[in-house]
Amino acid sequence: MSGAGVEHRFGPYGGQYVPETLMPALAELEAAWVSARADPQFQAQLGRLLRDYAGRPTPLYLAERLSAAAGRTTYLKREDLLHTGAHKINNALGQALLAVRMGKRRIIAETGAGQHGVASATACALLDLECVVYMGAEDIRRQAPNVQRMGLLGATVVPVEAGARTLKEAVSEAIRDWVTNVADSHYIIGSAVGPAPYPAIVRDLQRCIGDEARDQILACEGRLPQRVIACVGGGSNAIGLFTAFVDDEGVELIGVEAAGEGIESGRHGAPLTVAGRPGVLHGSFSALLQDDEGQIAEAHSVSAGLDYPGSGPEHAWLRDSGRASYVAVTDSEALAAFERTAELEGIIPALEPAHAIHFALNLPSESELDLICLSGRGDKDLAEVLKLLGRA
Amino acid sequence: MTGAERIAAAFLGCQRRAALMPYLMGGFPDQARSLAIANGYVDGGADLIELGVPFSDPLADGPVIQSAGTAALAAGATFDRVLATASAVAERVPVVLMCYSNAILARGTDRAIAGIAAAGVSGLIVPDLPLEEAPATALSCSAAGVAFVGLAAPTSTDERLAAIGAATQGFLYTVAVAGTTGERGDHSAYAEVVARVRAHTSVPVALGFGISTPQQARAAADAGADGVIVGSRLVREAAESDDPAASCKALVEQFAQALR
Repeated sequence: MSGAGVEHRFGPYGGQYVPETLMPALAELEAAWVSARADPQFQAQLGRLLRDYAGRPTPLYLAERLSAAAGRTTYLKREDLLHTGAHKINNALGQALLAVRMGKRRIIAETGAGQHGVASATACALLDLECVVYMGAEDIRRQAPNVQRMGLLGATVVPVEAGARTLKEAVSEAIRDWVTNVADSHYIIGSAVGPAPYPAIVRDLQRCIGDEARDQILACEGRLPQRVIACVGGGSNAIGLFTAFVDDEGVELIGVEAAGEGIESGRHGAPLTVAGRPGVLHGSFSALLQDDEGQIAEAHSVSAGLDYPGSGPEHAWLRDSGRASYVAVTDSEALAAFERTAELEGIIPALEPAHAIHFALNLPSESELDLICLSGRGDKDLAEVLKLLGRA
Repeated sequence: MTGAERIAAAFLGCQRRAALMPYLMGGFPDQARSLAIANGYVDGGADLIELGVPFSDPLADGPVIQSAGTAALAAGATFDRVLATASAVAERVPVVLMCYSNAILARGTDRAIAGIAAAGVSGLIVPDLPLEEAPATALSCSAAGVAFVGLAAPTSTDERLAAIGAATQGFLYTVAVAGTTGERGDHSAYAEVVARVRAHTSVPVALGFGISTPQQARAAADAGADGVIVGSRLVREAAESDDPAASCKALVEQFAQALR
């Protein structure tokens, strides 16, 4: 956390593969972040909002019936209890405050599941900022409640009709807006992806998840977990959780990606798991789904938040360096874990962390103590899940 | 003759007028017609041609070029097939290839650039490869005799312009407005942008992004640009016309006329 700037590369991954027009804005953003994170007033303001407005610290919950089903002690980090229902608010509040600090009154955001869009719209309402959210038309269809919430919060939701009409296209369109309106706009990217300094900023703003969880599990159990598990789309909740445990050698870090209709079907969102040739998407060099020509492939997942062909550059490096491992869970497995968690714990998880729960619940392991990030709640997914389960 | 030398000769050959550099989307509407359009451009008076390699996620491009790229890929465009077009066009005028980073990385930078050079391409523009990320590509271009063309933007600081202006080869691609490619009405900022960039480089300054009428092309030349790049307007013509080669040729003639 010291030094002149933030990391631009994680091993070979990361970088700034963007049009020249954005380069000065990225430099301005990096300087603003370096200054803000060292500023006690900024930190106090953010800390107050995270506590009193968003609801931090979130509980670390010993899920006894899930533990019994898994055959090991299992804790859930309850990011689902935050205001707006997911960890995305941690980053949105921090970056919105940063935008105010930079004198930028217009916010651009992209959203897949809608959670980051809602979090950004919420932060903008609170801080009286204009908010424009790009969202794939397919995601608008499957995450309707979040679209309604963003409207109520005063944000403009712009449907993106290109390509598969999901998160990848929404990010591209948000970046194009930023290139055009860079003088007065800040782009709040929702995950630990994009050109430097974004992956580092998003990680810094999400690491409260892991910092809290580490203290909490030491207080509850008197020891560190054997496994720390989180779902990975772009990877913001996972990097926020992992960062606190990276130096704890005995703690296994596991990222769970979307296997969609199955890795072998080719219809999935698991670039870290399949470990093909890395490449450049949305400004950074990282693990990526692409064809031999370097055209970006479409991802597939029942979960809009994991429906992304790229991944955060720090995850690609954690994988290559052997510090973290990445696995993938299919749509139908995630749906089963979604139902199981509701039945066993009275908690309806978002489809994204349902992937992580499935992995912890069903795959054999020597672990006696797991910590899973329950990154968001599943209200947004109800209609889609009930339809998929044939109950709507 | 290196690519940079061929580009320099093309600008010099225009003598006192600005060079016209129309943009062509490779493989759009399909392979055969994209070559016919390129020939239409040359017949209409193009001095150089900027040839785009279609990409699935073109961050620097507005809707017209995006959808042309998507259509080209659907029609079977590949890097090699675009190079085949380049090779044919390069027999008539210098070709500058516009290609996003990932298509180059996918085949390996050295191999991609060797292929570009072998096709007779004179210069390479990579819109998502700013100076900081460019050294390997620039080195490879230099070894292959391909001009690595830098981009300057209205938002670039003087410090960045100095570095970009010193590094660029062939010409300096100057982005006229903050934004993506696409037709725009306004040309009031051209003179300021060109003057700023000119102070930082010794190569020709070519202005692009938003230039969509012959009047705007004239305004760019009057603002001091050594070259004028016209993209989305021509790509839209190719998309909308029943005979894209003929109508693009006619349109290029109007742009060329405005620059005389």
